[in-house]
Order: sequence, then C-alpha cells, then structure tokens
Amino acid sequence: MSQQSIPMTPRQTVKPVAWKRFFSAENRYLAPILITCILVVGNLSFGMLESYKKTGLAIVASLLTEMILGRLFVGKWPNLSSAYITGISVGILVRSPAFWPYAICAIVSIMSKYVLRVKGRHIWNPSNFGISVLLFLAPETVASLSIQWGNYLLPMAVIWILGSIIIWRVRRFHITGTYVACFVVFAFLRSYLTGSPWQSEIAPLTGPMYQLFIFFMITDPKTTVRSTKWQCIVVGIIALVEMILRLSQVVYAPFYALFLVGPAALLIQMWRDSRRAVPARVAA
Amino acid sequence: MMRGPAGRIALAIVFAVLVASPLIIKRVTSRGERAKSRLSAQDALARHGFYLEEVSHAAGVNFVHQGPTLDPQLNHIMPQVASMGASVSIVDFDRDGWPDIYVTSSKEGTKNALYRNMHDGTFKDVAEEMGIADVNRSGTGVSMGAVWGDYDNDGYEDLLLIKWGKPELFHNDGGHSFTRVTEQVGLPQWINANTALWFDYDGDGLLDLFIGGYYSEDVDLWHLKNTKMMPDSFEYAKNGGRKYLFHNLGNGKFEEVSEKVGINSRRWALASAAADLRGTGHPDLFVANDYGVSELYFNDGKRFHEVGEQTGVGFAPKSGMNASFGDILNQGRYSVYVSNISEEGVLIQGNNLWVPKEGTNGSNLQYENLARDFGVEIGGWSFGAQFGDLNNDGTLDLYLTNGYVSLDHDRSYWYDFSKIAGGHSAIIIDAKNWPSMEGRSLSGYQTKHVWLNDGSGKFVDVAQAVGVTDRYDGRAVTFADLWNRGVLDVIVANQRGPLLIYKNTVTPENKWIEFALEGTKSNRSAIGAEVTVFWNGQQQKQEVSGGSGFAAQNQRRLHFGLGKSSQIEKVLIRWPCGTIQTIENPAVNQIHEVKEPS
Repeated sequence: MSQQSIPMTPRQTVKPVAWKRFFSAENRYLAPILITCILVVGNLSFGMLESYKKTGLAIVASLLTEMILGRLFVGKWPNLSSAYITGISVGILVRSPAFWPYAICAIVSIMSKYVLRVKGRHIWNPSNFGISVLLFLAPETVASLSIQWGNYLLPMAVIWILGSIIIWRVRRFHITGTYVACFVVFAFLRSYLTGSPWQSEIAPLTGPMYQLFIFFMITDPKTTVRSTKWQCIVVGIIALVEMILRLSQVVYAPFYALFLVGPAALLIQMWRDSRRAVPARVAA
Repeated sequence: MMRGPAGRIALAIVFAVLVASPLIIKRVTSRGERAKSRLSAQDALARHGFYLEEVSHAAGVNFVHQGPTLDPQLNHIMPQVASMGASVSIVDFDRDGWPDIYVTSSKEGTKNALYRNMHDGTFKDVAEEMGIADVNRSGTGVSMGAVWGDYDNDGYEDLLLIKWGKPELFHNDGGHSFTRVTEQVGLPQWINANTALWFDYDGDGLLDLFIGGYYSEDVDLWHLKNTKMMPDSFEYAKNGGRKYLFHNLGNGKFEEVSEKVGINSRRWALASAAADLRGTGHPDLFVANDYGVSELYFNDGKRFHEVGEQTGVGFAPKSGMNASFGDILNQGRYSVYVSNISEEGVLIQGNNLWVPKEGTNGSNLQYENLARDFGVEIGGWSFGAQFGDLNNDGTLDLYLTNGYVSLDHDRSYWYDFSKIAGGHSAIIIDAKNWPSMEGRSLSGYQTKHVWLNDGSGKFVDVAQAVGVTDRYDGRAVTFADLWNRGVLDVIVANQRGPLLIYKNTVTPENKWIEFALEGTKSNRSAIGAEVTVFWNGQQQKQEVSGGSGFAAQNQRRLHFGLGKSSQIEKVLIRWPCGTIQTIENPAVNQIHEVKEPS
C-alpha cells in the first residue's frame, strides 16, 4: 500500500482524545500536577515535608515574585505554573530549621530568570540556581532533602511510573532516560574505582530528591538545548560531571553538576547559532 | 513597567543583595552567640558567674570507656555501629549523703566502675567489691546504661543495668553489697536497649520500669544471622527494638505490661524521660527516637496515649538522642530538649527545644520548637544534655555534649553516610551495603556547648569561656553537687574516652537551695516528686527523675539557684502519691532533707 492510497485528513481537523490532550506537551499544567502528586503522595505516606508552613512560604514567595516581576518587567501577568513548580521544588528540597531560607531561595530562584539572561533567555533552571546558591552560601543553615520514601516501595513506584508517562508524553523522556542510564553506569564505575558497594552508589537514585531532579530540573524546556541529540549529550555530560564531583565527595553533586553544565551548554548553543546567523546575513 | 536600564540595574542590585543575604544573616546571627575564647577563671567568674575545671585525675578517677567489638561482618562500619555505651549515673548508694558515680564500659570483658565519694574531693572505685563491676562478660552483651531506683522501698537504691544483651537488676543490700536478682524479677533474656528509667506510672508507691529497645531484640550483634539489622529508613524506621514497661508487683517481681497499657512501638529509642507535663499527678513519658519522630505518651494513671503528632513533638522525623525536661522560663512548665544531628553542608536537623504553647494545657497541651529562637539549635552531632542552674542565677542553663566518631582528623565519612542515608529501605537496611569507614571520622572532634540562660528566652554559649574545651565523643551528661557545696558539678561520659568531672566554682553572691526528698507513702526514692520554689516574684519547678538525658541520671537531690536573693517565700512539694507539702521561708544555702508526711 502506497502512501498516496491513504486518505489524508487535514492535520488541524484531528481532535485528540481527552487523555491525550491532557498528557500532552501543550498542557502547561501537567508538570504542576505531577509535582503536586509527588508532594501529596510523599507527605501523606510518610510526612516528607519539613513543615506545611515552610513549603507554603516557598510557594507563596515564588508566586508573588513571579507576579511582581512579570508585571513590572514584561508588562503582563505571567502564567504561574513555572513559578508554582519552583516554589514547590524549593519547599520539598530545602531542609532547614529556619524559615528565611525557603523565602530567599524561592525569590532568588524566580529573580534569576529575570536577571541572569543572555540574548533574552534565562540560562539557569530557576530552582537549581536558588538551591545551589543556598547550599553553597549557607551550609550551616541549609541542607537538601536526602531521605528516602520511608519504608514504602509503592509511593516511589507511583511517582516513577506517573512521572515517566508524563515525561514521555511531553517528549522529554529521552533526557530523563539518558540521565538515569548514565547515572547507573557511572555508579558502577564509581563502585569499581572506590570499592564502595554498588548498592550505596545506586542508593541516591532511589530517593525523592532525584525524582525531582530528573523529572523537573534537567528536563526544563526553557533551560535545555534544542536538539534531541544534544539534549542527550548534555545530560550525559551532567551525569559525568556529577560523577567527578561525587568522586571528590561532594554531597550535592547533581545540583552543582547541572548548575555548571546546563548554562554552559546553552551558551555554546547560542554561540553556534550566532556563528551560523552571520554567514546567512552575509549571503543575504 | 520597568523595562529600561534603570529598572534592570535596580533589579540586579536587589538580586545581588538577596544572593548575598545568607552571608549577611550568618554574620548578624553569629554576633554575640558564642564567647569563643577561653577566659581565665577569674574573668569567667566575673563575667558568667562560674567556671568549670576538669578534675577527674585529681579526684582519683581515671576511667576510660572502651567500645565493643561486634560481629566481624560489621567490621567495615564498626566505629559507627559500636558508637554507644558510655553512660554515667549518680547515686548515693550507701546513704552517706554524698553522691557517688556509676559509669559503664562496653568492651567485652571490661569492668564498670562505682566511684564511692570519699568526702575529701576524691573517689574510690568499689564496683568490684560491691559485685557490680564484672558485667560485660563475653556472651552476655555489654553495658549501655544504668539507672538507679529503690524498687523495694528498703531505703537503698537498686541498680538496673541495660545492655546490648541481657539486662540486669542488682538489689542493693544496705549499701554493703549488691545481689543479682535479674531472674527473680523476670527481666527478658536479651534486649538491645539504650534507654531506661524508673518511674511510678500508676501511683501505687512502687517504682516501675521503662526500657526502650534500639536494635531489635532478636539481633545478637556478636552473632548476626544476616546483616539486615540496620534501620530500614533514616527518618521513618520502624524495625527497631520493642519497648518494655515492667509493672512493679511489690513482691520482688515485675509484670511486663507495655502492650496492655498502650505502649507499642518499634522505633529506635535512644532516650526517655518522664515528668508530669499536664499537672494530672501522673508522669507522662517522652521517648526520643533515632531515625524517626519522637513519641510522647500521656499517662492517665492506667493507660498511655501516644500524642506526639497531636502535641507537635512527633511530626518532623529527626535523630532524637536526648530527652530532658526543664522549667526554662520559670513559669512552672517543662520544656523538653531533644538533641539531633547538624553537620554543616550536609544535614541540618537542628536540636528541638519543645516549649509549651501559651494557652494550651491539659489534654490540649501543645509544643512549639523554639530552639532557634532561644539559641540552642545547632549543636553538631548532639548527644546527652541536661538542664541545671550552673551559675546559681535562678535560671536553668543547658549543657550539651556531642561528637560521634573521632578518627582521622582530615578525612570525613559524611559523603558516604549521606549517600546511603538517601537510599531506599532495601538498601539502607543491609549493613553490607554501607561503604567502609576506613578510619574516617563522622562528626568527630566537636566543641561542646554550655548555654547560659538569660531568663528571657535567650541562651548564650559560654563553653570555651568557662573551661569546657574537651573534644571527646561525648555521650552522657549528668549534674550533681558532688561535694555538697551548693553548686552543680558536671560529669561527662565519653565514648572510647575518659570520664570527665568538671568541678564547678560559682560566685558566692548567688544563693542556692537543695532538697533531698524521701518518700514514705510514695516510692522511697521520691522519683516523680515535684518541687516548686517561689522567690523574688518568680517560681521554678523541678521533678525528681529516674533517668533523663542520654544514658544518664542526675543526682536525686534537686538543686535551685536563687540569684542574689537570700529569701524564699515558700516551697511546694507535690509527692507522687498526691500529698502537697508547703515549706514556708526555708533557709537558703542549705541542703534540706525532707521526708514525705505520713
């Protein structure tokens, strides 16, 4: 059967079924829904949050900052789903007995989008920037979530399955998949190099910190490079840098690896784009 | 709209300030928090009202704790698994009116020591002749702690020894010797326990006994069936040892009633303390758990009701290692201090100071954690702590010891520890999955904390200034007026380290009063008796304790500092059986021996 024999329907008239519309890249609320699921499942199953107040503070600070800065510097009320994800990530990932780190981290994360821009584009994942800065500058007050999903396999499995489906539907599973594969390979390599049990090298991947990291931070469309191939390469480099940091016993290696590699990859892409654009202009 | 360059510059400046704000906050909050430099004794006395001098050698005490060597399958992480066992408890075992010291060792075959107070500034180890030294024999487990209580009301304090192994009860035969009565009273064959206390939970005049398990009781740490004996979670573990409540039947026997009265937990208990938190006349029970939330059991005299989450103390899981009570605001209400882990850059749990919320009491009692506000939050890998008035200024101060494993100064195990702590239960539970320590330290060589209470909700760390400069791996802290001078001396048991005796010198301007209570209708140790001193428009409440802190027991006598006030309006004593006794205008700077009115 040739391709021509197939009756063609105009693309715009195809109406996807409801669940496909829901689980699609066009649904801007998909990621907020997933991270809310992580929060709810994590907290109801074993009380993952430091406190409701602190998480609430991070979310509110994040939303308010986005609204104010969006209004002042873009001239319109922004869509708040990104700020909501940032706030909730900060609320889950930051562990501190004090309140101020939650507010500062959320505000700095959102502000980084408006301040640290190159050619009109922000280059750090907001929550990765805020959390990395805080972990680096306030180690006596702030740590990050470093615990596991209690005694229960089920909540972890639910998040992994749900997260994978959603990431697949929004066409970013290759990023998560590549990272996880690289992490596992490098974990065995670290185990070989250091003599540590391989289980202990794999262990971090089973915690909620990594679920947030692999489903939200490294897949952020705004701060990843354009092509699928390069997305995979970049995330592999992130895993490699993380391994190097881990060999130096850096506890928050994944955050710092993304902090270092993510913006560098974007800057290289911009530089390559600009080099391509110059001959094009000359030719014109 | 602020899209112009000015707006962008303003935004960048605000951003830079916010990014730098952690450094600014650190600088501001650290100001005045800690008197870092050591002062001379005279300067410390003038500035803080007291100083501490370590005198163990001069006092004839040269005890060094030794740790156990467990199953070889744990060799790679032995320093952290075998990291407890140093304990100290104060008792006047021979009723001569001078506090004696019992201290444990934990190496197989080593001996515990009972230091008899010789009244001349020295102590003499008499454990051997008393029959309570050789208690760490191979195959019976090793000592983890000891608490004293007169369970048969014969006037002499009896000794309960908890072990990773077989717990032991020794009857005190008139202060001349001890008789082992473990089998007669019906204690279990094997418990891996790290906390125990005596209290009369049902008010029948007989001391009952609470014991909290750490490792599961079916684990023999010297002969492991397998290596899956570690906690199944770093913060939500429920595979620890069971809890025991032995009800004293009065005929030299005990009945285990924990499940019957509502205590049913397999969390990893490390510390416990009991006090009447609600004014019901019944002691409530607080249990600080490692790898999880604390538990608070309200006691109605017959049954216990776990109210940790309801009261606020059992919500956020941490690594509870201490439980001690103190009326820190002189309001007649107890706060609870729970120690946890804080390691810069890795894990900031912060210690908890649970202060009763205003307007809550009785069954609606709730607590809020004010450790940060009060300045007693960060204490390293914290272990034992006690409240007591170290400078006799009329407010309770706080002494905290800390430090987990001090090995190689320059190499830390923290990275590997954090890696495994973040793993799933299937990984963390198995000791063979834990990376080898290879001689590395884990929160070792830490400075201690002596927080002075200013009475208005602020504590200032003066440890270095007043002479507490040791960096051993501290475990148990006790307070006792060792030489009947009207001051609280500090005794600290260190893991694989020496027993330290910090002799206290307090400015004579500050007055004091002490009460040595003896029950008649109530248990004779008077454990659970509550004394409230009213003076100078304020009041302070203390309760005789059958064990508190971490693996520790303070002197039975209650010590109150009074500041410069030389007059006390009255003293109220509420005996465990409910009798209220009032003493009007007692003389200060005296030890008052008070017998319960019959």
